[in-house]
Amino acid sequence: MMAFGYKLPAMSSLLVWAALWEIVGQLELTFFVPPISTVVVTLFGLVQTSAFLNALAVTASAFVAGVFFAIVIGIPVGILMGKSRLLDELLLPWVNIFVSAPLTALVPVLMVLFGFGAQTIIITTSLFAIWIIILNARAGVKQINRSLVEMSRVFGASSKDAFFKIYLWAALPEILGGVRIGVIRAVKGVIIGQLLISIVGFGALFELYSSNFLMAEFWAVLIVLFGLAFAISEFLGYLERKVSYYAASR
Amino acid sequence: MSQIKLDAAQPVSPASEIAVSVRNVSKNYGDVQALKNLSLEFPRGELTSLLGPSGCGKTTLLKIIAGLLKADSGNVTVEGRPVTEPGPDRSFVFQDFALLPWASVMRNVAFGLELRGVAKSEREAVAEKYIREVGLAGFEGKFPHQLSGGMRQRVGLARALSVDAKVLLLDEPFSAVDEQTRRKFQEDMLALVQNEKKTFIFVTHSIEEAVYVSDQIAILLPRPSRVLEVIRPSSFRGKIVANIRRDPEYLDIVDNIWASLRSYVE
Repeated sequence: MMAFGYKLPAMSSLLVWAALWEIVGQLELTFFVPPISTVVVTLFGLVQTSAFLNALAVTASAFVAGVFFAIVIGIPVGILMGKSRLLDELLLPWVNIFVSAPLTALVPVLMVLFGFGAQTIIITTSLFAIWIIILNARAGVKQINRSLVEMSRVFGASSKDAFFKIYLWAALPEILGGVRIGVIRAVKGVIIGQLLISIVGFGALFELYSSNFLMAEFWAVLIVLFGLAFAISEFLGYLERKVSYYAASR
Repeated sequence: MSQIKLDAAQPVSPASEIAVSVRNVSKNYGDVQALKNLSLEFPRGELTSLLGPSGCGKTTLLKIIAGLLKADSGNVTVEGRPVTEPGPDRSFVFQDFALLPWASVMRNVAFGLELRGVAKSEREAVAEKYIREVGLAGFEGKFPHQLSGGMRQRVGLARALSVDAKVLLLDEPFSAVDEQTRRKFQEDMLALVQNEKKTFIFVTHSIEEAVYVSDQIAILLPRPSRVLEVIRPSSFRGKIVANIRRDPEYLDIVDNIWASLRSYVE
Protein backbone atom coordinates (compact mmCIF):
# COMPACT_ATOMS: atom_id res chain seq x y z
CA MET A 1 0.00 0.00 0.00
CA MET A 2 1.21 3.52 -0.82
CA ALA A 3 0.39 6.60 1.22
CA PHE A 4 1.70 10.11 0.52
CA GLY A 5 4.27 8.67 -1.86
CA TYR A 6 5.72 6.21 0.70
CA LYS A 7 5.45 2.45 0.50
CA LEU A 8 3.91 1.22 3.74
CA PRO A 9 4.91 -2.14 5.18
CA ALA A 10 2.35 -4.95 5.05
CA MET A 11 -0.45 -4.80 7.64
CA SER A 12 0.32 -1.20 8.60
CA SER A 13 -3.42 -0.58 8.59
CA LEU A 14 -3.43 -2.53 11.87
CA LEU A 15 -1.55 0.40 13.44
CA VAL A 16 -4.45 2.72 12.59
CA TRP A 17 -6.92 0.37 14.25
CA ALA A 18 -4.63 -0.09 17.26
CA ALA A 19 -4.46 3.70 17.65
CA LEU A 20 -8.25 3.95 17.47
CA TRP A 21 -8.56 1.15 20.04
CA GLU A 22 -6.14 2.99 22.34
CA ILE A 23 -8.15 6.24 22.07
CA VAL A 24 -11.47 4.51 22.75
CA GLY A 25 -9.85 2.68 25.66
CA GLN A 26 -8.30 5.79 27.17
CA LEU A 27 -11.66 7.63 26.98
CA GLU A 28 -13.04 4.85 29.23
CA LEU A 29 -16.26 4.72 27.23
CA THR A 30 -16.92 1.11 28.23
CA PHE A 31 -15.31 -1.42 30.52
CA PHE A 32 -15.53 -3.80 27.60
CA VAL A 33 -12.67 -2.06 25.78
CA PRO A 34 -9.61 -1.40 27.93
CA PRO A 35 -6.76 0.50 26.19
CA ILE A 36 -4.72 -1.73 23.92
CA SER A 37 -1.55 -0.73 25.78
CA THR A 38 -3.05 -2.28 28.93
CA VAL A 39 -4.02 -5.37 26.96
CA VAL A 40 -0.50 -5.74 25.57
CA VAL A 41 1.10 -5.31 29.01
CA THR A 42 -1.38 -7.88 30.37
CA LEU A 43 -0.53 -10.17 27.48
CA PHE A 44 3.17 -10.20 28.29
CA GLY A 45 2.44 -10.88 31.94
CA LEU A 46 -0.12 -13.51 31.09
CA VAL A 47 1.91 -15.61 28.69
CA GLN A 48 4.41 -16.35 31.44
CA THR A 49 1.85 -17.75 33.86
CA SER A 50 1.54 -21.50 34.20
CA ALA A 51 -2.26 -21.22 33.85
CA PHE A 52 -1.80 -19.77 30.38
CA LEU A 53 0.89 -22.25 29.36
CA ASN A 54 -1.25 -25.16 30.52
CA ALA A 55 -4.23 -23.84 28.60
CA LEU A 56 -2.05 -23.37 25.52
CA ALA A 57 -0.78 -26.93 25.78
CA VAL A 58 -4.28 -28.37 26.19
CA THR A 59 -5.72 -26.36 23.31
CA ALA A 60 -2.75 -26.88 21.02
CA SER A 61 -2.75 -30.65 21.51
CA ALA A 62 -6.50 -30.91 20.84
CA PHE A 63 -6.08 -28.63 17.83
CA VAL A 64 -3.12 -30.56 16.40
CA ALA A 65 -4.89 -33.90 16.90
CA GLY A 66 -8.09 -32.60 15.32
CA VAL A 67 -6.31 -31.12 12.31
CA PHE A 68 -4.23 -34.29 11.95
CA PHE A 69 -7.29 -36.52 11.65
CA ALA A 70 -9.03 -34.03 9.34
CA ILE A 71 -6.03 -34.08 7.01
CA VAL A 72 -5.20 -37.80 6.99
CA ILE A 73 -8.85 -38.73 6.50
CA GLY A 74 -9.96 -35.75 4.43
CA ILE A 75 -7.30 -35.74 1.72
CA PRO A 76 -7.56 -39.44 0.74
CA VAL A 77 -11.37 -39.35 0.87
CA GLY A 78 -11.39 -36.24 -1.34
CA ILE A 79 -8.96 -37.76 -3.82
CA LEU A 80 -10.91 -41.02 -3.98
CA MET A 81 -14.14 -39.07 -4.49
CA GLY A 82 -12.47 -37.22 -7.35
CA LYS A 83 -11.33 -40.49 -8.91
CA SER A 84 -14.39 -42.66 -8.38
CA ARG A 85 -17.76 -41.63 -9.70
CA LEU A 86 -19.55 -44.10 -7.44
CA LEU A 87 -17.91 -42.86 -4.25
CA ASP A 88 -18.54 -39.29 -5.34
CA GLU A 89 -22.27 -39.85 -5.88
CA LEU A 90 -22.44 -41.60 -2.53
CA LEU A 91 -20.59 -39.08 -0.37
CA LEU A 92 -20.92 -35.68 -2.05
CA PRO A 93 -24.40 -34.84 -0.69
CA TRP A 94 -23.19 -35.46 2.87
CA VAL A 95 -20.03 -33.44 2.39
CA ASN A 96 -22.02 -30.55 0.94
CA ILE A 97 -24.47 -30.65 3.83
CA PHE A 98 -21.76 -30.69 6.49
CA VAL A 99 -19.56 -28.07 4.88
CA SER A 100 -22.34 -25.52 5.27
CA ALA A 101 -24.12 -26.97 8.33
CA PRO A 102 -24.02 -25.08 11.63
CA LEU A 103 -21.73 -27.62 13.28
CA THR A 104 -22.00 -25.93 16.67
CA ALA A 105 -25.57 -27.25 16.82
CA LEU A 106 -24.20 -30.77 16.42
CA VAL A 107 -21.91 -30.50 19.43
CA PRO A 108 -24.56 -31.67 21.95
CA VAL A 109 -25.15 -34.74 19.76
CA LEU A 110 -21.42 -35.43 19.74
CA MET A 111 -21.40 -35.13 23.55
CA VAL A 112 -24.12 -37.76 23.77
CA LEU A 113 -22.22 -40.02 21.39
CA PHE A 114 -18.66 -39.56 22.61
CA GLY A 115 -18.90 -38.14 26.12
CA PHE A 116 -17.42 -35.01 27.64
CA GLY A 117 -13.75 -35.74 27.29
CA ALA A 118 -10.84 -34.64 25.16
CA GLN A 119 -11.77 -37.05 22.38
CA THR A 120 -15.06 -35.24 21.75
CA ILE A 121 -13.19 -31.93 21.47
CA ILE A 122 -10.82 -33.52 18.94
CA ILE A 123 -13.72 -34.93 16.95
CA THR A 124 -15.41 -31.52 16.96
CA THR A 125 -12.20 -29.90 15.72
CA SER A 126 -11.88 -32.48 12.95
CA LEU A 127 -15.49 -32.03 11.93
CA PHE A 128 -15.00 -28.30 11.55
CA ALA A 129 -11.96 -28.76 9.33
CA ILE A 130 -12.54 -31.91 7.32
CA TRP A 131 -15.33 -31.03 4.87
CA ILE A 132 -13.58 -28.21 3.10
CA ILE A 133 -10.41 -30.33 2.93
CA ILE A 134 -12.40 -33.13 1.26
CA LEU A 135 -14.07 -30.74 -1.19
CA ASN A 136 -10.82 -29.10 -2.20
CA ALA A 137 -8.93 -32.37 -2.64
CA ARG A 138 -11.84 -33.61 -4.76
CA ALA A 139 -11.80 -30.44 -6.86
CA GLY A 140 -8.06 -30.75 -7.30
CA VAL A 141 -8.40 -34.28 -8.65
CA LYS A 142 -11.40 -33.36 -10.83
CA GLN A 143 -9.37 -30.82 -12.77
CA ILE A 144 -6.41 -33.16 -13.34
CA ASN A 145 -5.30 -33.25 -16.96
CA ARG A 146 -6.76 -36.42 -18.58
CA SER A 147 -3.56 -37.07 -20.46
CA LEU A 148 -1.60 -37.26 -17.18
CA VAL A 149 -3.93 -40.09 -16.16
CA GLU A 150 -3.48 -41.76 -19.54
CA MET A 151 0.27 -41.25 -19.26
CA SER A 152 0.33 -43.07 -15.92
CA ARG A 153 -1.63 -45.96 -17.47
CA VAL A 154 0.55 -46.15 -20.59
CA PHE A 155 3.69 -46.41 -18.48
CA GLY A 156 2.13 -49.02 -16.26
CA ALA A 157 1.57 -47.15 -12.98
CA SER A 158 0.08 -49.26 -10.21
CA SER A 159 -2.89 -47.64 -8.50
CA LYS A 160 -0.67 -46.89 -5.50
CA ASP A 161 1.88 -45.16 -7.74
CA ALA A 162 -0.86 -43.27 -9.58
CA PHE A 163 -2.23 -42.08 -6.24
CA PHE A 164 1.04 -40.99 -4.65
CA LYS A 165 2.95 -39.87 -7.75
CA ILE A 166 0.23 -38.31 -9.88
CA TYR A 167 -3.08 -37.57 -8.15
CA LEU A 168 -1.70 -36.30 -4.87
CA TRP A 169 0.75 -33.94 -6.56
CA ALA A 170 -1.65 -32.80 -9.28
CA ALA A 171 -4.19 -31.87 -6.64
CA LEU A 172 -1.65 -30.37 -4.22
CA PRO A 173 -2.37 -26.67 -4.87
CA GLU A 174 -6.08 -27.21 -4.15
CA ILE A 175 -5.32 -29.54 -1.23
CA LEU A 176 -3.14 -26.94 0.44
CA GLY A 177 -5.82 -24.30 -0.11
CA GLY A 178 -8.34 -26.61 1.54
CA VAL A 179 -6.02 -27.37 4.46
CA ARG A 180 -5.45 -23.64 5.02
CA ILE A 181 -9.18 -22.92 5.22
CA GLY A 182 -9.73 -26.13 7.20
CA VAL A 183 -7.12 -25.13 9.78
CA ILE A 184 -8.80 -21.76 10.29
CA ARG A 185 -12.10 -23.56 10.80
CA ALA A 186 -10.40 -25.95 13.21
CA VAL A 187 -9.42 -22.98 15.41
CA LYS A 188 -13.12 -22.18 15.72
CA GLY A 189 -13.87 -25.86 16.31
CA VAL A 190 -11.39 -26.35 19.12
CA ILE A 191 -12.51 -23.21 20.99
CA ILE A 192 -16.20 -24.07 20.58
CA GLY A 193 -15.39 -27.57 21.80
CA GLN A 194 -13.55 -26.22 24.81
CA LEU A 195 -16.41 -23.89 25.66
CA LEU A 196 -19.31 -26.30 25.12
CA ILE A 197 -18.02 -29.80 25.79
CA SER A 198 -15.67 -29.45 28.69
CA ILE A 199 -14.38 -26.14 29.83
CA VAL A 200 -10.64 -26.60 29.43
CA GLY A 201 -7.75 -24.91 27.69
CA PHE A 202 -8.33 -21.55 26.05
CA GLY A 203 -12.07 -22.10 26.35
CA ALA A 204 -11.68 -22.15 30.13
CA LEU A 205 -9.62 -18.95 30.02
CA PHE A 206 -12.25 -17.17 27.93
CA GLU A 207 -14.95 -18.41 30.29
CA LEU A 208 -12.99 -17.35 33.36
CA TYR A 209 -12.05 -13.86 32.12
CA SER A 210 -15.39 -12.93 30.58
CA SER A 211 -17.46 -14.04 33.55
CA ASN A 212 -15.18 -12.07 35.86
CA PHE A 213 -15.10 -9.04 33.56
CA LEU A 214 -11.30 -9.29 33.19
CA MET A 215 -11.45 -7.72 29.76
CA ALA A 216 -7.72 -6.98 29.39
CA GLU A 217 -6.94 -10.67 29.97
CA PHE A 218 -9.83 -11.68 27.72
CA TRP A 219 -8.54 -9.56 24.84
CA ALA A 220 -4.96 -10.69 25.44
CA VAL A 221 -5.90 -14.36 25.01
CA LEU A 222 -7.94 -13.49 21.94
CA ILE A 223 -4.95 -11.68 20.42
CA VAL A 224 -2.69 -14.64 21.12
CA LEU A 225 -5.22 -16.98 19.50
CA PHE A 226 -5.58 -14.70 16.49
CA GLY A 227 -1.81 -14.46 16.18
CA LEU A 228 -1.39 -18.25 16.24
CA ALA A 229 -4.17 -18.83 13.68
CA PHE A 230 -2.72 -16.10 11.49
CA ALA A 231 0.78 -17.58 11.65
CA ILE A 232 -0.42 -21.08 10.71
CA SER A 233 -2.52 -19.72 7.87
CA GLU A 234 0.39 -17.63 6.55
CA PHE A 235 2.69 -20.66 6.70
CA LEU A 236 0.22 -22.71 4.64
CA GLY A 237 -0.18 -19.78 2.26
CA TYR A 238 3.58 -19.82 1.84
CA LEU A 239 3.48 -23.55 0.97
CA GLU A 240 0.68 -22.85 -1.49
CA ARG A 241 2.77 -20.21 -3.24
CA LYS A 242 5.62 -22.70 -3.48
CA VAL A 243 3.52 -25.02 -5.65
CA SER A 244 1.78 -22.23 -7.58
CA TYR A 245 4.37 -22.46 -10.33
CA TYR A 246 2.66 -25.54 -11.65
CA ALA A 247 -0.90 -24.79 -10.58
CA ALA A 248 -1.47 -22.91 -13.84
CA SER A 249 0.08 -25.51 -16.12
CA ARG A 250 -1.23 -28.90 -15.11
CA MET B 1 2.38 -41.59 -60.12
CA SER B 2 5.22 -43.54 -58.74
CA GLN B 3 3.88 -44.46 -55.31
CA ILE B 4 2.27 -47.80 -54.78
CA LYS B 5 -1.37 -47.78 -53.80
CA LEU B 6 -2.59 -50.67 -51.77
CA ASP B 7 -5.93 -51.97 -50.81
CA ALA B 8 -6.31 -51.62 -47.05
CA ALA B 9 -7.11 -55.26 -46.45
CA GLN B 10 -4.20 -56.54 -48.46
CA PRO B 11 -1.06 -57.27 -46.44
CA VAL B 12 1.76 -54.85 -47.16
CA SER B 13 4.58 -57.21 -46.33
CA PRO B 14 4.95 -60.79 -45.15
CA ALA B 15 3.28 -61.47 -41.80
CA SER B 16 6.61 -61.76 -40.02
CA GLU B 17 7.33 -58.11 -40.87
CA ILE B 18 4.12 -56.88 -39.30
CA ALA B 19 4.58 -55.45 -35.81
CA VAL B 20 1.06 -54.23 -35.13
CA SER B 21 -2.04 -55.60 -36.71
CA VAL B 22 -5.55 -54.16 -36.39
CA ARG B 23 -8.37 -56.41 -37.54
CA ASN B 24 -12.04 -55.48 -37.98
CA VAL B 25 -12.01 -53.03 -35.11
CA SER B 26 -15.21 -51.14 -34.34
CA LYS B 27 -15.76 -48.56 -31.64
CA ASN B 28 -18.86 -46.56 -30.79
CA TYR B 29 -19.25 -43.62 -28.44
CA GLY B 30 -22.92 -43.86 -27.54
CA ASP B 31 -24.60 -43.84 -30.95
CA VAL B 32 -21.67 -42.14 -32.67
CA GLN B 33 -19.65 -44.59 -34.70
CA ALA B 34 -15.99 -43.71 -34.23
CA LEU B 35 -14.50 -46.72 -35.99
CA LYS B 36 -16.26 -49.24 -38.20
CA ASN B 37 -14.75 -52.57 -39.09
CA LEU B 38 -11.31 -51.10 -39.54
CA SER B 39 -8.31 -53.22 -40.50
CA LEU B 40 -4.76 -52.00 -40.90
CA GLU B 41 -1.25 -53.38 -40.60
CA PHE B 42 1.88 -51.65 -39.41
CA PRO B 43 5.23 -52.96 -40.71
CA ARG B 44 8.02 -53.40 -38.19
CA GLY B 45 10.70 -50.73 -38.06
CA GLU B 46 8.71 -48.28 -40.13
CA LEU B 47 6.74 -45.14 -39.48
CA THR B 48 3.08 -45.32 -40.40
CA SER B 49 0.96 -42.18 -40.32
CA LEU B 50 -2.74 -42.15 -39.60
CA LEU B 51 -3.99 -39.17 -41.56
CA GLY B 52 -7.48 -37.84 -41.93
CA PRO B 53 -9.87 -35.01 -41.23
CA SER B 54 -10.99 -34.41 -37.66
CA GLY B 55 -13.56 -36.95 -36.51
CA CYS B 56 -12.11 -39.77 -38.59
CA GLY B 57 -11.19 -41.74 -35.48
CA LYS B 58 -7.42 -41.66 -35.87
CA THR B 59 -6.75 -40.79 -32.24
CA THR B 60 -9.35 -43.36 -31.14
CA LEU B 61 -7.54 -46.01 -33.17
CA LEU B 62 -4.21 -44.99 -31.64
CA LYS B 63 -5.62 -45.21 -28.12
CA ILE B 64 -7.10 -48.62 -28.85
CA ILE B 65 -3.66 -49.80 -29.98
CA ALA B 66 -2.22 -48.27 -26.80
CA GLY B 67 -4.76 -50.21 -24.74
CA LEU B 68 -6.18 -46.99 -23.28
CA LEU B 69 -9.53 -47.62 -24.98
CA LYS B 70 -11.31 -50.91 -25.54
CA ALA B 71 -12.60 -51.78 -28.98
CA ASP B 72 -16.23 -52.88 -29.11
CA SER B 73 -15.30 -55.62 -31.54
CA GLY B 74 -12.32 -56.81 -33.55
CA ASN B 75 -8.82 -57.24 -32.23
CA VAL B 76 -5.40 -55.63 -32.12
CA THR B 77 -2.19 -57.61 -31.87
CA VAL B 78 1.27 -56.29 -31.13
CA GLU B 79 4.04 -58.70 -32.07
CA GLY B 80 1.41 -61.42 -32.20
CA ARG B 81 0.03 -60.78 -28.73
CA PRO B 82 -3.52 -59.43 -28.40
CA VAL B 83 -3.84 -56.00 -26.78
CA THR B 84 -6.18 -55.70 -23.82
CA GLU B 85 -4.46 -53.00 -21.78
CA PRO B 86 -1.35 -50.78 -21.90
CA GLY B 87 1.87 -52.77 -21.81
CA PRO B 88 5.63 -52.37 -21.83
CA ASP B 89 5.78 -53.19 -25.55
CA ARG B 90 4.12 -49.85 -26.39
CA SER B 91 4.94 -46.32 -25.45
CA PHE B 92 3.09 -43.08 -26.11
CA VAL B 93 3.82 -39.46 -26.95
CA PHE B 94 0.99 -37.12 -26.05
CA GLN B 95 -0.33 -34.15 -27.97
CA ASP B 96 -0.21 -31.96 -24.86
CA PHE B 97 3.07 -33.56 -23.66
CA ALA B 98 1.57 -34.92 -20.40
CA LEU B 99 4.63 -34.02 -18.34
CA LEU B 100 4.63 -33.90 -14.57
CA PRO B 101 4.84 -30.14 -13.93
CA TRP B 102 6.32 -30.71 -10.47
CA ALA B 103 9.16 -32.89 -11.70
CA SER B 104 12.44 -32.01 -13.37
CA VAL B 105 13.27 -32.95 -16.95
CA MET B 106 15.38 -35.80 -15.58
CA ARG B 107 12.57 -37.25 -13.46
CA ASN B 108 10.03 -36.80 -16.24
CA VAL B 109 12.17 -38.65 -18.76
CA ALA B 110 12.94 -41.39 -16.24
CA PHE B 111 9.32 -41.59 -15.03
CA GLY B 112 8.36 -44.55 -17.21
CA LEU B 113 11.29 -46.48 -15.77
CA GLU B 114 10.53 -45.22 -12.25
CA LEU B 115 7.04 -46.74 -12.55
CA ARG B 116 8.65 -50.01 -13.61
CA GLY B 117 10.75 -50.04 -10.46
CA VAL B 118 14.12 -49.50 -12.13
CA ALA B 119 16.72 -48.31 -9.62
CA LYS B 120 17.37 -44.59 -9.56
CA SER B 121 20.97 -44.58 -10.78
CA GLU B 122 20.15 -47.01 -13.55
CA ARG B 123 17.08 -45.17 -14.83
CA GLU B 124 18.82 -41.81 -14.68
CA ALA B 125 21.67 -43.16 -16.79
CA VAL B 126 19.16 -44.29 -19.42
CA ALA B 127 17.26 -40.99 -19.18
CA GLU B 128 20.46 -39.02 -19.58
CA LYS B 129 21.26 -40.85 -22.80
CA TYR B 130 17.85 -40.00 -24.30
CA ILE B 131 17.89 -36.43 -22.99
CA ARG B 132 21.11 -36.05 -24.95
CA GLU B 133 19.63 -37.79 -27.96
CA VAL B 134 16.67 -35.40 -28.20
CA GLY B 135 19.01 -32.44 -27.77
CA LEU B 136 18.17 -31.39 -24.22
CA ALA B 137 21.57 -31.97 -22.60
CA GLY B 138 22.10 -29.34 -19.91
CA PHE B 139 18.37 -29.03 -19.17
CA GLU B 140 18.15 -32.07 -16.85
CA GLY B 141 17.40 -29.98 -13.77
CA LYS B 142 14.87 -27.65 -15.41
CA PHE B 143 11.12 -27.91 -14.88
CA PRO B 144 8.54 -28.09 -17.67
CA HIS B 145 7.28 -24.54 -17.09
CA GLN B 146 10.81 -23.30 -17.76
CA LEU B 147 10.89 -24.90 -21.22
CA SER B 148 9.37 -23.89 -24.56
CA GLY B 149 6.62 -26.02 -26.11
CA GLY B 150 9.06 -27.67 -28.47
CA MET B 151 11.45 -28.56 -25.65
CA ARG B 152 8.58 -29.98 -23.59
CA GLN B 153 7.68 -32.32 -26.42
CA ARG B 154 11.32 -33.38 -26.65
CA VAL B 155 10.99 -34.38 -22.99
CA GLY B 156 7.84 -36.35 -23.89
CA LEU B 157 9.71 -38.03 -26.70
CA ALA B 158 12.71 -38.87 -24.53
CA ARG B 159 10.39 -40.39 -21.90
CA ALA B 160 8.69 -42.54 -24.54
CA LEU B 161 12.05 -43.68 -25.91
CA SER B 162 13.66 -44.42 -22.56
CA VAL B 163 11.27 -47.28 -21.72
CA ASP B 164 12.57 -49.02 -24.86
CA ALA B 165 9.19 -50.17 -26.13
CA LYS B 166 9.07 -51.83 -29.54
CA VAL B 167 6.16 -49.70 -30.69
CA LEU B 168 6.02 -45.93 -30.31
CA LEU B 169 2.59 -44.30 -30.57
CA LEU B 170 2.54 -40.57 -31.26
CA ASP B 171 -0.71 -38.61 -30.98
CA GLU B 172 -0.33 -35.42 -33.03
CA PRO B 173 2.95 -34.84 -31.23
CA PHE B 174 3.94 -31.66 -33.03
CA SER B 175 0.57 -29.94 -33.33
CA ALA B 176 1.12 -27.82 -30.23
CA VAL B 177 4.55 -26.50 -31.25
CA ASP B 178 5.36 -23.68 -33.63
CA GLU B 179 5.98 -24.19 -37.33
CA GLN B 180 9.78 -23.89 -37.30
CA THR B 181 10.14 -26.19 -34.32
CA ARG B 182 7.82 -28.61 -36.04
CA ARG B 183 10.04 -28.74 -39.14
CA LYS B 184 13.04 -29.47 -36.98
CA PHE B 185 11.07 -32.20 -35.21
CA GLN B 186 10.10 -33.78 -38.50
CA GLU B 187 13.71 -33.94 -39.62
CA ASP B 188 14.66 -35.43 -36.25
CA MET B 189 11.86 -38.00 -36.58
CA LEU B 190 13.40 -39.33 -39.79
CA ALA B 191 16.74 -39.79 -38.07
CA LEU B 192 15.01 -41.39 -35.10
CA VAL B 193 13.17 -43.96 -37.24
CA GLN B 194 16.51 -44.78 -38.90
CA ASN B 195 18.41 -45.15 -35.64
CA GLU B 196 15.91 -46.62 -33.21
CA LYS B 197 14.60 -49.62 -35.18
CA LYS B 198 11.19 -49.21 -33.62
CA THR B 199 7.74 -49.26 -35.14
CA PHE B 200 6.24 -45.77 -35.13
CA ILE B 201 2.53 -45.05 -35.41
CA PHE B 202 2.01 -41.39 -35.94
CA VAL B 203 -1.32 -39.53 -35.86
CA THR B 204 -1.38 -36.22 -37.65
CA HIS B 205 -3.78 -33.92 -39.45
CA SER B 206 -1.04 -32.33 -41.52
CA ILE B 207 -0.76 -33.83 -45.00
CA GLU B 208 2.74 -32.43 -45.55
CA GLU B 209 3.91 -33.76 -42.22
CA ALA B 210 2.52 -37.23 -42.93
CA VAL B 211 4.12 -37.45 -46.34
CA TYR B 212 7.39 -36.02 -45.09
CA VAL B 213 7.95 -38.43 -42.20
CA SER B 214 6.13 -41.61 -43.23
CA ASP B 215 7.14 -44.87 -44.78
CA GLN B 216 3.45 -45.60 -45.10
CA ILE B 217 0.42 -43.31 -44.89
CA ALA B 218 -3.02 -44.65 -44.00
CA ILE B 219 -5.74 -42.23 -45.04
CA LEU B 220 -8.81 -42.46 -42.85
CA LEU B 221 -12.20 -41.05 -43.75
CA PRO B 222 -14.92 -40.13 -41.27
CA ARG B 223 -18.58 -41.08 -40.83
CA PRO B 224 -18.36 -44.00 -40.91
CA SER B 225 -14.68 -44.31 -40.27
CA ARG B 226 -12.77 -46.39 -42.77
CA VAL B 227 -9.39 -46.65 -44.43
CA LEU B 228 -9.54 -44.98 -47.85
CA GLU B 229 -6.10 -46.08 -48.96
CA VAL B 230 -2.59 -46.85 -47.83
CA ILE B 231 0.17 -45.00 -49.62
CA ARG B 232 3.83 -45.98 -49.59
CA PRO B 233 6.07 -43.27 -50.97
CA SER B 234 8.86 -45.03 -52.82
CA SER B 235 11.34 -42.64 -54.36
CA PHE B 236 12.37 -40.03 -51.78
CA ARG B 237 12.90 -42.20 -48.68
CA GLY B 238 16.54 -42.39 -47.84
CA LYS B 239 17.43 -39.30 -49.79
CA ILE B 240 18.85 -36.16 -48.24
CA VAL B 241 16.18 -34.69 -45.98
CA ALA B 242 16.69 -31.17 -47.33
CA ASN B 243 15.50 -32.29 -50.76
CA ILE B 244 12.33 -34.14 -49.75
CA ARG B 245 10.04 -31.15 -49.95
CA ARG B 246 11.15 -30.52 -53.54
CA ASP B 247 10.81 -34.11 -54.65
CA PRO B 248 8.18 -34.52 -57.41
CA GLU B 249 6.78 -37.62 -55.78
CA TYR B 250 6.41 -35.78 -52.45
CA LEU B 251 4.50 -32.99 -54.15
CA ASP B 252 2.31 -35.41 -56.09
CA ILE B 253 1.35 -37.39 -53.03
CA VAL B 254 0.53 -34.24 -51.05
CA ASP B 255 -1.69 -33.03 -53.91
CA ASN B 256 -3.43 -36.37 -54.32
CA ILE B 257 -4.16 -36.74 -50.65
CA TRP B 258 -5.65 -33.29 -50.53
CA ALA B 259 -7.76 -34.08 -53.60
CA SER B 260 -9.20 -37.12 -51.88
CA LEU B 261 -9.70 -35.43 -48.50
CA ARG B 262 -11.01 -32.00 -49.49
CA SER B 263 -14.63 -33.07 -49.84
CA TYR B 264 -14.58 -34.38 -46.23
CA VAL B 265 -13.31 -31.20 -44.65
CA GLU B 266 -16.02 -28.91 -43.37
